[in-house]
Formats: sequence, C-alpha cells, structure tokens
Amino acid sequence: MAAKDELGRHGEQIAVGYLLQNGMQILDRNWRCPDGEIDVLARDGRALVVVEVKTRSGRTHGTALEAVNRAKLVRLRRLAVQWLSTRRERFESVRIDVVALERFAGDFAIRHERGVC
Amino acid sequence: MAVARTRCVCLIGVTGHVIDVEADVGSGLSGMHLIGMLDTALSEARDRVRSAVVNSHYAWPDARITVSLFPASLPKRGSTFDLAIAVALLAAAGLVPRARVADSFFLGELGLDGSLRAVRGMLPSVLAAAGAGAGTVVVPARNGPEACLVPGVTVIPVSTLGELVGWLRSGDPINLPTLTDQLFGEPAPGASGDPGGEPGDGPDPSGGPGGPGGPDGPDGPGRPGNGLTGFSTGLSAGLSTGPDVSRTPNDAGSEAPAPDLCDVAGQPFARRALEVCAAGGHNLWMLGPPGTGKTMLAERLPTLLPALDRDEALEVTAIHSVAGTLPADRPLLGRPPFMAPHHTATIAAIIGGGSGTIRPGAVSLAHKGVLFMDEAPEFPANVLDALRQPLESGQVTVSRALGSVTFPARFMLVLAANPCPCAQRTRPEEPCRCTPAARRRYLARLSGPLLDRIDVKVSVMRATRRELFADRRFIESSRVVAERVLLARERAAKRFAGTPWRCNAEVPTGALHSEYRLPAKAMTPLLSCLDSGVLSARGLDRVLRVAWSLADLKDRGRPGVEETNAALGLWLGEER
Repeated sequence: MAAKDELGRHGEQIAVGYLLQNGMQILDRNWRCPDGEIDVLARDGRALVVVEVKTRSGRTHGTALEAVNRAKLVRLRRLAVQWLSTRRERFESVRIDVVALERFAGDFAIRHERGVC
Repeated sequence: MAVARTRCVCLIGVTGHVIDVEADVGSGLSGMHLIGMLDTALSEARDRVRSAVVNSHYAWPDARITVSLFPASLPKRGSTFDLAIAVALLAAAGLVPRARVADSFFLGELGLDGSLRAVRGMLPSVLAAAGAGAGTVVVPARNGPEACLVPGVTVIPVSTLGELVGWLRSGDPINLPTLTDQLFGEPAPGASGDPGGEPGDGPDPSGGPGGPGGPDGPDGPGRPGNGLTGFSTGLSAGLSTGPDVSRTPNDAGSEAPAPDLCDVAGQPFARRALEVCAAGGHNLWMLGPPGTGKTMLAERLPTLLPALDRDEALEVTAIHSVAGTLPADRPLLGRPPFMAPHHTATIAAIIGGGSGTIRPGAVSLAHKGVLFMDEAPEFPANVLDALRQPLESGQVTVSRALGSVTFPARFMLVLAANPCPCAQRTRPEEPCRCTPAARRRYLARLSGPLLDRIDVKVSVMRATRRELFADRRFIESSRVVAERVLLARERAAKRFAGTPWRCNAEVPTGALHSEYRLPAKAMTPLLSCLDSGVLSARGLDRVLRVAWSLADLKDRGRPGVEETNAALGLWLGEER
C-alpha cells in the first residue's frame, strides 16, 4: 500500500472514532460503486450523514479542507442517492459533512464541518 | 463568526465613491467568495489577495471567507480594491486589530509577492476619501507623493503588505506629517527658486531616514524614528522635485519648457495673436503654408500661460491621474497641459470614452491648457464637430451603457491648417495646382459652427529673408511675453473678483452686455457688422471678449473703439 493510502486509512480510522465519540452511529464505511466511493456513512439522530474524510500530511499542498471542492460535493450527493436506493431505511434529511485531518507535530489536527452542502 | 469592515474608493470618471469592504471569516468549506457587482479584474482579486497573503507569511484562513463590497448596486472595476480586501479579511481572521482598519481607507493593487503596486487615479480617490472624512489613507509607496497633495488627511505610503500589517499590529498612532500643507501653505523660499529638483535646503518635508521629520508639520512634533522610516526616503525624493504652483513667470523656467517664443522669427503678427489668446484664454486658428511656424507657435503657447494655481493644478492632476498619463517624477502638474492629438484620433480619444471604464479624452487632458489640432482639416468632420459642445460649456459628458460621466474640459483650442491639400508655395508667379473646388472642399471640412467659436484667426505667411532678419531685432522671448500676459490676467482677475470666472474667455454673454457693457462708440464697428450679417450674435460676444483681453494687455480700464476694431480684425482673420 502506498504511503498516501496508508495515511488516508489511518485518517479514516481516527475520523470514525471521532464521529462515534460525537454520538453518531456508523452505518457503512468505504462504500463503493462504479461512480465512486463514500468514506463513511453515519446516522446522526434522524439524519443520514455522508462523511468525506480528507487527510493531509502537512500544508505544503494546501489545506485538507480546501481539497474538497464543489465537484466533489456534487458527486457525494449523487452517491448518497445511490446508496439510499440500496437501503430500505428512510431518513428525515441527508447532509454532507467533511472531516479534515492534518498531521501536525506527530499528531492529527481534526476539523469537522457539518452540513457543507 | 468574525466580521471586519474597512473602506476603499471606487472611481467613476474623476469622481470617487466610497466603498465599504466587509469580510466574514466563518465556518464552512474553505473558499473565498467575492460579491458586489465586480468586473473581471476585481474578481481576479481573489487569487491576487490569496497569493499576497500567503507569500507575506500570514496564515490563509482555512474557512469560508465572504467579502462583500458596498454599495452593491455600484458597478466596481479595477484592482484598487485589492489592499482593502486583504486588510478586511486579515482583520476578520484576527491577524490585525479590527478597530484599526475600520475607519482608514486602503487603496492599492497587490502583487503576488505581497508588494503594493501603484494604481491610476490616486489623487481623485484620496480627494474622495478626504471628502468622506477620512483620517488616514494607506496608499502604495509609489503613489505617495500624489496622494500627499490632498490636504487634511494623513497619507501612509506602504510598499508591502507585510509592512502594513506590522504597522497595524504595532499600534503606534503614527502621524506622518501631511506634506501638503508645507508645499502649499508656507511661502516656501527654497522651492520656487529650485529649478533642478534637488532636495535642497527648502521644505524637505520629512528629513532623512531615522531623523525627526524636518520642519514640523501642523501636527506638532515630527514623526518618531521607528521601523517605518523607510517610507520617508522615497517619499521626500519624489516630493522635492517641487511642483511649483506660485504664479510668478520666473517659475515658468523651473520646469524647463525648452521651446521659446523667440524661436519663431518672421511672424510678428502671429506672435501677437498668440499673446492675445494667452491673455484671455481665447481659441486660435492659424492658416498658412507649411514651414511657416504654425506648429512651433502652437507649441509655444503654454510657455506664455501663467502657472496653474493650486486648485487648478489639483483639478488637472486628477484628470491626468485617472488617464494614467501622470509623469512618475512629478506628482503635481503645475504648468498648463499641452495636448496635440494626431489627426487619426477617434471621437473617443478626443472627447473621452471607452467601453468599460470611461476615460477622459484629449479635451479633458487639455483642461486648463491647450488642445492643439495640427492639420485640422485632416481630422474627421465628426471629431471636429464634437468639439463644439465642450468649447461652449467647458465640460464634456460621455454617456455609455454603464452610465454617464462628466469631465471638465475648459481648454484653449488651437487649430492649424494648410490653405489647400497640395500646400505648395503660394507665390503669385507659381500658384498652387489645386483646383478651386478642391481648395474649397478642403477648408470646408471645418464647419461654420466650429469656426464661429474661434475667437482669433490669423494667416501665417512665408516671411522673406529681409523680414526674417528685421524681425530678429524685435523678437521677444517667452518670458517677456509671459510677464505681460500675467499682468493682463491679473487685471482681468481683479475685475472678476467675486465671480467664478478666471479669464475673459469664460465671461458669459449676460455679463458681457450688462456689467461689462461697452460705450456706444466702441460698439459701433461691431454693430454694423452684426447688421450686415458678418458677425453672428455669438461672434459678437467673442469679439467683445477679445477686445477686453486687448484692453487688459494695454492696461486700459475698458476697451475703446481701437480695441474693438482690432478684435474684429482678429475675429475676421484680416490683417489688422
């Protein structure tokens, strides 16, 4: 596994732990379909939360949060619809969160932006 | 949620409008959103500001940034807003104190490395800021001398974004002395006699770097030597080149107008006409074969005109600042401008225009100066006729889809033309080969209504050798003539005290026939011409104005029949 993929996996693990701590219930992880992948799907109360986890080893190539652009969000929405069509359960609302992790002094700084789209 | 607010100026024509810049750094996905009727150059501010902030080693806020420019209904163009946007967002991000940026004005374009670049139209922008009650205006260092011309505001010239942030953070309430007051207010002994622009013993406004600021400004003690002294060196160098605004003819030499009236030998009558025009601000038309000195004469007209006074200089400089034609080493134009557009110029170039920003044309750039149109019949007829309105009203209104802009345009028009297209010598034994029809067509391109607005018409003939040599004995230099012109203008100014008029050409019809009514005897030749249809009603007014100028030159209290006759001759274009 390439170093960047390993970093990504590690980041996702941390993100899941963080989401659980915040009272969310993890429904699915790394769900794939021909159109792409959703990192984490979680339930927050009655809402479905599509979580995009972005991990960066530093800021030399821009911040993690910046890397999530409009096109990516549009794709996540489309994927969320596809994921919902495979499930029987229903949610009151669907929202997209971004969890941004940046490695800093051997540890990770975590930022959670709710409902970005 | 953090919101910071600061101010900037948007120029429409030569009028500045205050723009509030608000920045909000809040939660959400990272990104910068600029809103408020922006053009392309301004939308690109997003990228310029980001690079400038990052390359100045400040953290770019990793948050959702919204920058809004108010009033949103006003279309905004250009890159002057860069600095205000950067400062507002740095304040919103908590990198500089919000209170320090709220009331100041920030003007300037940012380079990618965080350096501040000079922008056009600084003088009218700072004037607008001062009008809006600005205390402090931050400008690019290269615009500093220009911005300092505005009285009553503290101008802080800055060369990089880092320098500015350092100053905003340090909390020093620095008062750079407002250099303007020293330039204009005190009778500066060193400045007027200092021709080369050496930073002499005179009122060098800010002393050397690190030293306390020279002769103290109105703010009391000079600026303490702190980290910002680097500004003052470039600034004082720029200012000490001495915009001379005092009204002595000796100063005409200090900006070294190389051409001199004594270069034009053999044309005593044309030189006299030039002097009359200079004394009263009249329009001139010169007709004659090539090589007789028409262009030389026109180029020497500005040397006869008195230097601009302070208000005029500011007005003229503001127009040139907007047009971007201000020389870098001279922040204030102290001499009347001279514009000589080529005859291929379009209406937009002469009158003003442009699809995006409406820019002043040659008539406005020649405001308070001379607009010289060489080979006048070669200009397109519509361009020449477009001059009629500004010639009458002293201003020009340019209307475009985006809005209309009024520029001042009170200039002296000088037209020069050859008598015919071939322009061969006009000796009797070898006449020109143009057909009468061609000759008539050529001069007919200058429409009657335009020529009706020309006060003085002269024929410039080839001088014989004998005339050339004889004339050399009587020829006068620009300096001598300029002194007479100045005296005449001062007499006129005394007469016009309490009115907005500055020279005879500006006196309106009503005043000419009431306050400045001439005795019946002096009016006789004019009235007979009016009766016979030689003079139009407007022509009559123009002849009267020239008659007043002739009287001023001779120091007569009121024109007599001699002056009205001479003025009539000048108007008709006859020899004496």
